[in-house]
Amino acid sequence: MAGIWVFAETVDGTPTPVVLELLTKARSLGEVTAVALGPSASKSVETLGKYGAKKVYVHEDPAFRDILATPAVDLLARLIEKGQPDLVIFGMTYDGRDVASRLSARLSTALIANASDVRKKDGGWAIVTPVFGGSLLVTTVPKAKAPTLVLIRPKAVAAEPAASATAPEVETLTDPVDTGKPVARVLRREKEKASGPKLEDASIIVSGGRGLGAPENFKMLDELAAELGAAVGASRAVVDAGWKPYSFQIGQTGKTVKPTVYIALGISGAMQHTVGMKGAKAIIAINKDPEAPIFKLADLGVIGDVHKIVLQLIQEVRSRKGK
Amino acid sequence: MNVLVCVKQIPDPNVPGRLDPQTKRLVREGVDAVLDPGDEHAVEAGLQVIEKEGGEATIISMGPPRAMDAIRRALAMGGNRGILITDPGLENSDALSTARAIAAAIKGQSYDLIICGTESTDGSSGAVPAQLAELLGLPLLSFAKKLEVTDGKARIDRQTDDGYDVVEAPLPAVVTVTGGINDARYPALRGIMQAKNKEVKQVGLQDLGLDGQAGKAALTEEVVEIKPAEARKAGEIVEDKGEGAKRVADYLADLKVI
Repeated sequence: MAGIWVFAETVDGTPTPVVLELLTKARSLGEVTAVALGPSASKSVETLGKYGAKKVYVHEDPAFRDILATPAVDLLARLIEKGQPDLVIFGMTYDGRDVASRLSARLSTALIANASDVRKKDGGWAIVTPVFGGSLLVTTVPKAKAPTLVLIRPKAVAAEPAASATAPEVETLTDPVDTGKPVARVLRREKEKASGPKLEDASIIVSGGRGLGAPENFKMLDELAAELGAAVGASRAVVDAGWKPYSFQIGQTGKTVKPTVYIALGISGAMQHTVGMKGAKAIIAINKDPEAPIFKLADLGVIGDVHKIVLQLIQEVRSRKGK
Repeated sequence: MNVLVCVKQIPDPNVPGRLDPQTKRLVREGVDAVLDPGDEHAVEAGLQVIEKEGGEATIISMGPPRAMDAIRRALAMGGNRGILITDPGLENSDALSTARAIAAAIKGQSYDLIICGTESTDGSSGAVPAQLAELLGLPLLSFAKKLEVTDGKARIDRQTDDGYDVVEAPLPAVVTVTGGINDARYPALRGIMQAKNKEVKQVGLQDLGLDGQAGKAALTEEVVEIKPAEARKAGEIVEDKGEGAKRVADYLADLKVI
């Protein structure tokens, strides 16, 4: 049976949501081993097992949390040499990308980024990557020696616990982390304030683009979001212009979201953006430009003045809730 | 302070891209080629470092001969000299080949800082900077939305899902910058004129000593199929004549979210 490894990022011992998605995919492909690194990583074992890991490598050295990529790459390279997996799956996250990319150079292996699916094909692997805002699907097969490294986009797979899960075999590692070489070290972590639900978890998202005209107009989005219990997102144009911090960005370089309803306000619908939101169950777009590509995706599109309509919509929602 | 900035020439991102069904590569013919807008921020970040710390900025790119235009554009912004890696044998290189070619092209030269965009706007895999850092044995400071260089160290604000981390590495280091890090300057006419006379070294596979390790000979992957994704069904588009907000509210009510 093929050996499928999953790079299981954890925060204080809890696997990040994408890890559960990766495990769900991985267990459909072969025998799953998870690698969980950093302080309290051992606490993640139970959840990793529930989602299909049969074996978990655990190493709890704080260096995995405090130093970017290199300690994880060193350890993975050693483990891979010993364990000979066929496939190693990472989330397309900040750390996942750094680790997988460095590892591919270290091992001279194939690295396929931005993937939405991995399938078995002719005794090997076929990896699907959406391009051009998800309008085309490219299938790639690796040509280098195993393992193939794949970076899967968050929310590409729906996470589901395994039907029959057993407690995974745990191998706790204590080999020393090389601290001799120059590294990138995290000095401190800053969180930006956000109210309401997180973008990744929200069932309604109200998202704004350049068509809003000015940064202060995001206030009415906040107001609408508060009425709807929604999270607020933004397009890359708005983030690059400094109207909103990066943590709001939805799209290729930002977050991928799959809410029940996505309300795009003054967003033209560049492919950069749509790749991150086209998985929404329903899309509502309001834009003054009838040619805006967002209307090709929208289930309901309203051509008109976004300010006027949003202010009316806030009133409309308020009065209906009042009933 | 010697700064190297890696740039890529890409098809104009404002023109919808398409793939050639035969070669399964991006169609580049008939589409203007431009310096990747993401890389303009890398050039700007490099120029700001040398303006503060002194030193020079070298611009490096790999691509067909016309990628020279992207280098000239970065030189017009203020870069001092360029390196263009170009060779028919490097066509269709994957990320690892590209990283190897860049590492080979700068062998023997010393740079304190290597700055790249986080990812190209056309390919978006974002693998080259980390691969380059690995090949050179350097730390990587990735996803920087702020960069400071002092006392032989680089310090960045690194983007995270809910804020940023302050991360530091000793020089030399590789840094990737996000679009939000700065406003890239627009080349002045004087800069454009001066750029024409700046030195750009051209190197090919022979010069790099990479036979079999880069380009077609070293592809780690092969595209076997391209097909359109299932399109969303077209919805209803209405023009707002005063009822737009009500229509949206009705729709939200139908979805049972209000």
